[in-house]
Amino acid sequence: MSQVLRIILQRIALGILTLFIVSIVIFTAVNMLPGDFAQAILGQGATPEAIESIRRDLGLDQPPIQRYFAWLAGAVQGDLGTSFAQANFSSFVGADSGGSDVTVATQIAPRFANTMFLAGVTACIAVPFSIMLGVLAALYRNSAFDRAANIFTLSSISSPEFFLAYVLILFLAVLNPVLPSLSNIYDGMEFGERLQKTLLPALTLTLVVTAHMMRMTRAAIINLLASPYIEMARLKGLSPLRVIVKHALPNALAPIINVVALNLAYLITGVVVVEVVFVYPGIGQLFVDGVKTRDIPLVQACCLIFAGAYILLNLTADILSILSNPRLRHPK
Amino acid sequence: MSVILWILAALAAISLSGWVFRLAGQKITGNSPRFRDMPFAVAFGYALAAAAVLGGVWLWFQPGATFFRWAVQGFVIFAIAAWLFRLLGRAVGTAGTRKLFRQMPLTASFGILVILIYAVLSIFAGVIAPYGQAEVFDQVNALPGGNAATGGNPDHLLGTDQIGRDLLSRLIYGAQNTVGIAFVTTCIAFFLGGSLGFLAATLQGWLDQVLSRAVDVLMAIPSLIFALLLMTIASAWAGSEKWLLTVYMVLIIAVIDSTRVFRLARAVGLNIVVMDYIEAAKLRGEGLRYLIFKEILPNAYAPLLAEFGLRFCFVFLTIASLSFLGVGIQPPLADWGTMVRDLAQFINFAAFSPLTAALPLMAAGAIALLTVAVNFVVDWMLHRTSGLKD
Repeated sequence: MSQVLRIILQRIALGILTLFIVSIVIFTAVNMLPGDFAQAILGQGATPEAIESIRRDLGLDQPPIQRYFAWLAGAVQGDLGTSFAQANFSSFVGADSGGSDVTVATQIAPRFANTMFLAGVTACIAVPFSIMLGVLAALYRNSAFDRAANIFTLSSISSPEFFLAYVLILFLAVLNPVLPSLSNIYDGMEFGERLQKTLLPALTLTLVVTAHMMRMTRAAIINLLASPYIEMARLKGLSPLRVIVKHALPNALAPIINVVALNLAYLITGVVVVEVVFVYPGIGQLFVDGVKTRDIPLVQACCLIFAGAYILLNLTADILSILSNPRLRHPK
Repeated sequence: MSVILWILAALAAISLSGWVFRLAGQKITGNSPRFRDMPFAVAFGYALAAAAVLGGVWLWFQPGATFFRWAVQGFVIFAIAAWLFRLLGRAVGTAGTRKLFRQMPLTASFGILVILIYAVLSIFAGVIAPYGQAEVFDQVNALPGGNAATGGNPDHLLGTDQIGRDLLSRLIYGAQNTVGIAFVTTCIAFFLGGSLGFLAATLQGWLDQVLSRAVDVLMAIPSLIFALLLMTIASAWAGSEKWLLTVYMVLIIAVIDSTRVFRLARAVGLNIVVMDYIEAAKLRGEGLRYLIFKEILPNAYAPLLAEFGLRFCFVFLTIASLSFLGVGIQPPLADWGTMVRDLAQFINFAAFSPLTAALPLMAAGAIALLTVAVNFVVDWMLHRTSGLKD
């Protein structure tokens, strides 16, 4: 057991190191911006004094390394800085409106919860559905069902998310008004209503990720079907379904867990486009808005959160596949 | 609630008809093995397929199901075209290509046909398109269909957009811009990732370590997110020069995607450099350039070609997504992602004017069709080279 613990700790340390380096990459990339933020906020006609005072206020007059560690220390404590678009710089121009700054953290927190809700609903639909389809496709391999499933999944993997989204909107929202095409979610909504409004984006994401998970499940099971112990189970006279569910599936679990986690990680990038299509108030939409208005602290923070979630899910996949495979648990 | 009840009732009916179907088969054929050994799940599957076909036929004759009819017609037309194309391929060409077409599944011939059509469209867009991509006409927002009585214009088959540009021409030019830019990007990504990957595999040592770790870090950031971050910076760099932003986008996506190519090229290269013929070439005193281009590259051809197809799909989808989000290919260049975004609100008119509602779907479908086609071809190529038969 201690060895397993050591491997897991090793992986976690590696994950934290990766996140640290990624944060350096993000910070460096943002610092390659021409000019500086103060100039960007105030525009061309700004007086040098105003620029200077904003620079001092944002800490832009310090050297990059110092700024990086200040940003990192803040980010670790949950303080991601102040959003430019929402920042209150009126005091610099002499008109004090008395409002307070909107920090990036307060902007992101509710939206992050919304995105997690969307990803959660998607995972609840997609994971059981795709594993079931994968087992069925492996069971009836090379039949008409398998071929139809193959063509269908290949098509839905390769379609852009917005194509699937608009097709679903066309059929389920416009022609047959079953589900709302706009997901205007707000706080204090009832769970049922919230679920109903989330269902269409969740279905779109399900279509995108199901295909990949199903194909991997099918491939992982079929890979095992040639092994001697499966032959043995077959010769014992077990039914094909029992051979697959009882004998092949447990051994195929490692690659399946891996691909499920990878697809959940993919969900994080997939949500950006889908959230924009359905105007879902999630972190992806916030990110795209930030990109369009060049709201640097916001973009930086969203990027860090996306990368963190991505690394975390990959790490989970890694650890789970080590735990589920005795051969990896006891390396030579 | 009633929806769930309806679904449950339909499932029960299908299960029952599956059971009846199996029983009837057993009785009629005198217990032939086909029906005797049929598991219930298979019988259920047949009943489900029959129900789906019946439902499709019923839907076909519904007055409001215009889109369903179009989808079915499109599917049938493409299937027949792919079949005819395969027949043609079997009859014409050299012995090698004829053999290739004989073993080809219908999906692969469909893929090749679609890729050929797109290639022709994108190369000869200027000849095929009735107008230029940035040409502005007087009539704005002309409806598609070309019928003047219903707000259309016979000169513009698919109508015009909000500033009066011909949509059909822009759709055709989209093939040139979107596909062309994606192709160039993929080529750059391959040149970059492939050469560095082979270099790392051949030289190994510190160069390999540095490149591999750098690629690991870049791959830890989701590619679309990283692309969006870099596009923010690029848009500040480009300022008001829109064409420069497109160039930056090509470079950014090429670099991000080259990391994936690097991984594959390095892995394939590592398998090849341990071969005896590489050892022999090294002993002959061949240089690095000879080793990479004459020894490694020809042997890494098949996996790299499949990767090129897949990579092209990813790049194409990334560019389309970026354009859809408004930070990709910039106007006045016509491009499908931007078109989808601009035309998206027309989808709400589906009940009144199906053709208008189909406009955003045409642009999005044009993207989907090409990626599906490339994926079909790659799937077939991988299947053929891996020898995976079961």
